[in-house]
Amino acid sequence: MWLFNSSVGRKFVMSITGASLVLFLLFHASMNLVAIISPEGYEWICEMLGANWYALVGTAGLGFLVFVHIVYAFILSIQNYRARGTERYAVVERQDGVEWASKNMLALGLIIVLGLCMHLAHFWAKMQLVEILGEEPASGMELIRMTFSKWYWAALYMVWLGALWFHLTHGVWSALHSLGLNNNIWMPRIKCLSNIVATLVVLMFASVVVYYFCMGCCA
Amino acid sequence: MEKTINITLKVWRQAGPKAKGGFETYQLDNISTDSSFLEMLDVLNEKLVSERKEPVVFDHDCREGICGMCSLYINGHPHGPDSAITTCQLHMRKFKNGDTITVEPWRSNAFPVIKDLMVDRRAYDKIMQAGGFVSVNTGGVPDANAIPIPKKDADEAMDAASCIGCGACAAACKNGSAMLFVAAKVSQLALLPQGKVEAARRVKAMLGKMDELGFGNCTNTGACAAECPKSVSLSNIARLNREYICAKFKD
Amino acid sequence: MAKKEQEIAETVKAVAEAAVKKVAGKVADVLKGDDEKIDAKIPAGPLAEKWTNYKAHQKLVNPANKRRLDVIVVGTGLAGASAAASLAEMGFNVLSFCIQDSPRRAHSIAAQGGINAAKNYQNDGDSVYRLFYDTIKGGDYRAREANVYRLAEVSNNIIDQCVAQGVPFAREYGGLLDNRSFGGAQVSRTFYAKGQTGQQLLLGAYSALSRQIGKGKVKMYSRYEMLDIVVIEGRARVIIARNLVTGRIERFFAHAVVVGSGGYGNTFFLSTNAMASNGSAAMQMYRKGAYFANPCYAQIHPTCIPKHGDFQSKLTLMSESLRNDGRIWVPKKLEDAKALQEGRLKGRDIPEEDRDYYLERRYPAFGNLVPRDVASRAAKERCDAGFGVNSTGLAVFLDFSEAIQRLGKDVVAAKYGNLFQMYEKIVDENPYEDPMMIFPAIHYTMGGIWVDYELQTSVKGLFCIGEANFSDHGANRLGASALMQGLADGYFVLPYTIQNYLADQISVPRMSTDLPEFAEAENAVKAKIDKIMAIQGNRSVDSIHRELGLVMWEYVGMGRTKAGLETAIEKLAEIRKEFWSNVFVPGDKDDLNVELEKALRLADFIEIGDLMARDALQREESCGGHFREEYQTPEGEALRQDDKFSFVSCWKYMGEGVAPKMLKEPLDYEFTERKTRNYKN
Repeated sequence: MWLFNSSVGRKFVMSITGASLVLFLLFHASMNLVAIISPEGYEWICEMLGANWYALVGTAGLGFLVFVHIVYAFILSIQNYRARGTERYAVVERQDGVEWASKNMLALGLIIVLGLCMHLAHFWAKMQLVEILGEEPASGMELIRMTFSKWYWAALYMVWLGALWFHLTHGVWSALHSLGLNNNIWMPRIKCLSNIVATLVVLMFASVVVYYFCMGCCA
Repeated sequence: MEKTINITLKVWRQAGPKAKGGFETYQLDNISTDSSFLEMLDVLNEKLVSERKEPVVFDHDCREGICGMCSLYINGHPHGPDSAITTCQLHMRKFKNGDTITVEPWRSNAFPVIKDLMVDRRAYDKIMQAGGFVSVNTGGVPDANAIPIPKKDADEAMDAASCIGCGACAAACKNGSAMLFVAAKVSQLALLPQGKVEAARRVKAMLGKMDELGFGNCTNTGACAAECPKSVSLSNIARLNREYICAKFKD
Repeated sequence: MAKKEQEIAETVKAVAEAAVKKVAGKVADVLKGDDEKIDAKIPAGPLAEKWTNYKAHQKLVNPANKRRLDVIVVGTGLAGASAAASLAEMGFNVLSFCIQDSPRRAHSIAAQGGINAAKNYQNDGDSVYRLFYDTIKGGDYRAREANVYRLAEVSNNIIDQCVAQGVPFAREYGGLLDNRSFGGAQVSRTFYAKGQTGQQLLLGAYSALSRQIGKGKVKMYSRYEMLDIVVIEGRARVIIARNLVTGRIERFFAHAVVVGSGGYGNTFFLSTNAMASNGSAAMQMYRKGAYFANPCYAQIHPTCIPKHGDFQSKLTLMSESLRNDGRIWVPKKLEDAKALQEGRLKGRDIPEEDRDYYLERRYPAFGNLVPRDVASRAAKERCDAGFGVNSTGLAVFLDFSEAIQRLGKDVVAAKYGNLFQMYEKIVDENPYEDPMMIFPAIHYTMGGIWVDYELQTSVKGLFCIGEANFSDHGANRLGASALMQGLADGYFVLPYTIQNYLADQISVPRMSTDLPEFAEAENAVKAKIDKIMAIQGNRSVDSIHRELGLVMWEYVGMGRTKAGLETAIEKLAEIRKEFWSNVFVPGDKDDLNVELEKALRLADFIEIGDLMARDALQREESCGGHFREEYQTPEGEALRQDDKFSFVSCWKYMGEGVAPKMLKEPLDYEFTERKTRNYKN
């Protein structure tokens, strides 16, 4: 199966899963913005998604994407480490024009996974999971207010989002590149697009954190 | 007038493919800044021979930046700190008096060390043998002007074709991937009508061979293109991906 | 079992036959005596029909028999790679050898300018005859008409072949191929791929070769160096080669051996050749009875970056195209020259009226675009007179200030930017502001192993192609013709002519390489290596090679005299003695040993130097790349002696320490009239 056996196939899988996750992030982030504009609206969204079949299918799909993305990341990293050979370079210097993020995607990814665990524990476990288990889910707005009013949680979320930003600045254009959607003219354009998407996603998420942290401070 | 510098060299010495290697330190004085890096190594070797020691083994041939024979990972960069040149075109004026220069061989699983700084790059030949050609025999071909080719395509093919097969891309890549090398050849031939006929077969064969030989997976860091002595563009890799994915979906 | 017995029977039969033939051969040799006639095997008939006639009547090998025949091809440059690929495509089993790590490294790759072909795509009146005529004239009427005509004929096929392989030649907006002009021609017939034509053509041939390696029709031996050829009953049968990685000496059998090992320019130590380019394969052929033809014809290229220190390892060529817009000059006043040499003045400080544009002065009609040999000699003449412009006094200016004023910096940068950048990287001076400094350097050797019309040497079954042979360029080669010749030999000539020989070899079984003759040859090679390793003297190989280079440049370089050449022969004898008594090769012979490789090559360079000097001494005339100062017109131009020296000098090896014997192949010009080359008006 070329999606597993060939290097371009493996990159293809990384790209498709990665790009899908970016689309999810865009959806999730715009949903979160509602929490600032209208807390009631946000509650309505939470209720609507809840543990309905489409939300469950979506969640399962997301879980699968994340799982594949992570498993492939580890496979690729191990193979790549081996490909370098047993002896390593004694001197390694930065190359001009090579993004820092591109060389540290696995590390950034690990930070993101850790952040994800924290996030799932804070929100998903108390909302969708409990609903699946047949109990009453907590209020999304309540959870937001509670979590982000604590400075340490807010700070951790910001670190997490920072890692996400770096991951996305490389990830978005790299996904397009791996799918073959690039050439000399589009190279600067998709790199720019990559930065815009990354910044947009992170700003949308971060604004909720900052907004409710400030609200918490004022209260 | 002629300027000279004193330098300290840390050179990787390894007696053979299986031997344990290590760095040796040499002090070289009064090196002319007009000499090339390889001429500096010639001076070192001349000195070693006069001390009745074995000289440092390194690959080199044309010494004008086109044969792709010279290699060397100098102070953390394949072909040294200058851009868009090979080691043989690197001159000592790029270094300062008192500098310590670390010289290592290409490091990649697919490029085993033969001796000292010399590595075995036949893996690249094997990739070429798998499909880096147009399947035409000598004779019986149409007139050279029978198929017009847009200038833009011909120029782009030429840019890809300027690859010298030195191995700097795989040496620079943290993943030990040879994607830029493969992409350059795939691109050159995919851009030309003569090569398009068997483009799908070629890309599958060459990439398959690359994977088989133990090169790593490309993660688009771009280090290959940044260090390429011929400035082969990263977008060739996108074309390779495109060609490969399309070929696989057609199967 | 039966098969095995049959094999043994065949081997026994072959050995017995060999013994009988050996005796018969010796008898024949005795009977033949000394008056050897040189037969170039030129087919009869009108010039334009010779090649067609030859092909129509030559012997061929049928496909089933091709599979039973092995051919060794030594060298993977344009000639070697294209020959190996073409032979394998036809069905022969090919063993290909190169000394580099990959066949793609051969020095053909460094050719910049382009490749000639008589396509007449520009509608400027080009034709096969015109290309033939220009090449004959450019070679100063010292080449064979039939060979050159064939070269011009197949030149068009080369372009077609390369385009089909995916060579990205430069194109015009209409999508058709572009051409540029080159020296020595009045038409635009040069095809090019940026400034990397040699690279692209070689990669084309390499791709064809790679395809055959992938199919198993070519067995590739890289990092192998041929050390000897074994001739049995007058036929080349086996080569002895050293695995450069392990140091092991190995034997390889074939029904025919083809050598495309390039030129011997590195005899001069400093040349534009690659570091590993060498003449050892040629010397091995020569020692086995192949004639060495015209060794004194060496081309000196006028536009190279000057030598700048004792550490220098090679010279870098700047494309001939620079002379289209650059003007060559030295100061008129000796005191200005002195100031330049001492670094007190820069080129731009010398006022216009004090500059001597000597090429424009001497050759008003051609000016800065005179052929390579003429431009090189004129530069040497000025430097000898003390007008050199760098610290060594061995450089002249190539000035673009007038072109920059006339065309603007941008236009000049667009045309020559990459060359200017290359110059700046090496010399660290900005050629847009200070004039470039250039000096002639050894670049190409027209001389080489003698071959007949079939590219076969005087040893049966031993063929020689590309720069390694002497055949097509006469005494001087035109720009963009080397690539043409290499590929013509490899793609379109040798694959045909070799069959005329191989057709008689189909009944010869593959011989075992264990025969005593082969073991004897291997032992001789080993003994030579042991001898070199045992010297343990005090000189490094390179230091002796540099000394050889200085002698060659001084006495066998651009201007040669009788006294100088005699001195050279004496000095070469001293260098030979020094080498064999005082060289030091460290390391182990049974291991990768670069110093040993260099030492073996240097031993041969010394002998080549000697041959060059002898040949230059006997050729009492000036023609093309060979200039004898005694033979020049009152204006200092080359003076040919057609009545006495219209022949190919073929040097025959007579044994170690014995002076070689010179045979002559007369050059009869049936179809062209010899004229004096004139670039003044």
